[in-house]
Amino acid sequence: MSNKFEWWVGLFTALAIASILFISLRVSNFQVSSGGDQYKVYAYFDEIGGLKPRAPITMAGVVVGRVGEISLDVESFQAKVVFNMNSKYKKIPDDTSASILTAGILGEKYIGLTPGGAEEFLENEGIVSQTQSAIVLENLISKFLLNSDEEK
Amino acid sequence: MARLSKLGSNVISLFSSLGRAQVFLWHIWSAGISFSGVVKQIYFVGVLSLPIILVSGFFVGMVLGLQGYYTLVDFGAADSLGVLVALTLTRELGPVVGAILFAGRSGSALTTEVGLMKATEQLAALELMGIDPMRFVMRPRFIAGIISLPFLVMMFVAVGVLGAWFVSVGLLGIDDGAFWSQMQAKVSWSNDVLNGLVKALIFSVVVTWLALFLGNDAIPTAEGVSGATTATVVYSSLWVLGLDFILTAMMFD
Repeated sequence: MSNKFEWWVGLFTALAIASILFISLRVSNFQVSSGGDQYKVYAYFDEIGGLKPRAPITMAGVVVGRVGEISLDVESFQAKVVFNMNSKYKKIPDDTSASILTAGILGEKYIGLTPGGAEEFLENEGIVSQTQSAIVLENLISKFLLNSDEEK
Repeated sequence: MARLSKLGSNVISLFSSLGRAQVFLWHIWSAGISFSGVVKQIYFVGVLSLPIILVSGFFVGMVLGLQGYYTLVDFGAADSLGVLVALTLTRELGPVVGAILFAGRSGSALTTEVGLMKATEQLAALELMGIDPMRFVMRPRFIAGIISLPFLVMMFVAVGVLGAWFVSVGLLGIDDGAFWSQMQAKVSWSNDVLNGLVKALIFSVVVTWLALFLGNDAIPTAEGVSGATTATVVYSSLWVLGLDFILTAMMFD
């Protein structure tokens, strides 16, 4: 009889620990990288706006990868963004350009890739040289106001 | 005159009951340690509450996902659904709904059990045999309650998040990565998850204490025990909701 109780309480505790791990790793804080079939590409942006790690990278609207680590390059003072690309999409032209786009007006930031026409393909640890920064709404508005002032 | 003296006697009985509750807690605290019965009590108090906690958690998560979606989609912010659900569950709904369900499922059972033990004079019999009921009846149940509720709350939150994930990613077509990434970016472990756990721990002490005290304090008749059971559920829910407000005001200023 007491064996039955112990078995159930053990299961109960195991479930609780699993929940705590799930909440710690998946819901909050850090995430163990999924690894696997990926290759890395780097891109430098002047302004990333609100781009977050794990944001989708799309080409023609199809998700082809996820944003990895984002850091500041201390020499050029640009944001260095790691793209974790799905290995299924290995043949992406060398001169592809990357832009930071927004889903809707207030939506999440994501990366849009526009393919170029080069014969060479992006390799692992390669660099996407053509980038377009995120549009910061405040800058846009101030530019707009400045222009309309000049016109007067 | 008669009304005034009735009011006075009510106040006196309220305060004497509060006093007895504190003496009771002290007796449980100072009773010798006997862990032999704790595992068995965790089974009755915690494991048997699993179905109701898991099923309610899943449905609460699904409803939160659905309602949140209807509101957020108008602002083009449906991707933030994961954040909304995770913060609501870890900070408030997990501990509060978990504790109220726990009071209804296990608190009432504890009160009835202890109340019947008293009504059928089992507690008195134990004492006659030189066995301390505080040590062998109350303390294992108290410890089991304090261990079980935080565990159940964590499971409630985890299952709730999964329910919301099922609705938003599975049915409403929100991007899987955006759902998790925004959640991870905005839910902090030390602030949200830990505070939710602290809340759960405090609620577990309050609910178990109330349940055991009201059972022990019940008038030893059928009506007395049933009244005590009702009182456990009502008082526990009120205390949990009231304390939650105070704790929230203190934690998330």
